[in-house]
Amino acid sequence: MREMLKLFIAVVVFSCLSGGVLAAIQNVTKERIEYQQLKFIKGPTIKGIMEGCSNDPLIDRLKILDEAKEMNFFIGKFEGKPNAVAFETFGKGFGGVLGVIVGVDLENDKIIGVGVTTHSETPGVGSRAKSDPQFAAQFKGLPIAEPFKVKADGGQIDALSGATISSRGVCGAVVEAGEIYKKLKPTIIEKIKEKRG
Amino acid sequence: MAKTAVQEFTKGLWAEIPPFRLVLGLCPTLAVTKGVENAIGMGIALTFVLVCSNVIISLLRNSIPKRVRIACFIVVIATFVTVVELVMQAFTYPLFLKLGIFIPLIVVNCIVLGRAEAFAAKNGVVASLADGLGMGIGYTLALTSLAIVREVLGNGTFYNIPVFGPSFEPFSFMVQAPGAFVCLGLMLCVMNMLGKK
Repeated sequence: MREMLKLFIAVVVFSCLSGGVLAAIQNVTKERIEYQQLKFIKGPTIKGIMEGCSNDPLIDRLKILDEAKEMNFFIGKFEGKPNAVAFETFGKGFGGVLGVIVGVDLENDKIIGVGVTTHSETPGVGSRAKSDPQFAAQFKGLPIAEPFKVKADGGQIDALSGATISSRGVCGAVVEAGEIYKKLKPTIIEKIKEKRG
Repeated sequence: MAKTAVQEFTKGLWAEIPPFRLVLGLCPTLAVTKGVENAIGMGIALTFVLVCSNVIISLLRNSIPKRVRIACFIVVIATFVTVVELVMQAFTYPLFLKLGIFIPLIVVNCIVLGRAEAFAAKNGVVASLADGLGMGIGYTLALTSLAIVREVLGNGTFYNIPVFGPSFEPFSFMVQAPGAFVCLGLMLCVMNMLGKK
């Protein structure tokens, strides 16, 4: 019995020590890892949307709770003023979840750009939602509050040929972005002010 | 115990070089040697884990009860692997994405557990440190040499720099899985020929 206890204690002590060390290291590296993941996965899309901004939207990001879910809002500065915001929403694509970043101008509530981040669409078909700039460009300049739909559903967006479901997924994500934007715009503006003040 | 630390170090570089002589740790050896960059990254990660786990296990070898030693070793090794994983994510994120699952899989790498069980559990700290360092560097060298052959022939590049000019038609068989087996087999053959007295 005493022998058993000794073995038990040895393993417990080892595991606790290891857990402590890992927790400490995770704490130290957490910020950096988050930044790196943003930089390499969402970074290129955000850069494309915020073309010409004078800051790094990945650093100037706000964390806002949306129904207990923390969301990142990337702020872009144009002409010295933080007047664009980009954030990620998700739609249902053909192969699974489709991540879409939507950039909105805070002054006139119009879309400045849309870009797909993570997806599992069919390569060469649905994947053009990410790679075909013409598709994403259709959203540019339209008011975010509009109900986006593909033309087959009576909407205004030309679907990618052969990839209606993927196109619908992107539209769905943009519509969701519109809802989130409507709900959280006051909070975003308030937070930007706080940050500057 | 007659061997000096230097001897413990150098045996890992040639006489007992892990993948070629001990024929251990072949899974990552075959998988990550598509390019020199990956091979060096993997080698450094493994060396770090090997050195740290060897030192810790050697320090604690008298306080670990015999019957639960494997469990304790695995806890120590897993801790260091997680450390490597976090640090790589924080500082070399693209490399981390390329090596993918093979970083966490260092936990079950036979070289690491093998050295812990066969060497560090029975020898002093200095010898264990030398052993871990030698084995780790030997592993890195082996991986790199294999990767050089595969990358130069299969991709026409060395460390992502083209070496043959644009007219070279890459021998793409070499960067695929069968090429890894063929190349490793030939390497083992050469090593055996050189080792024969």
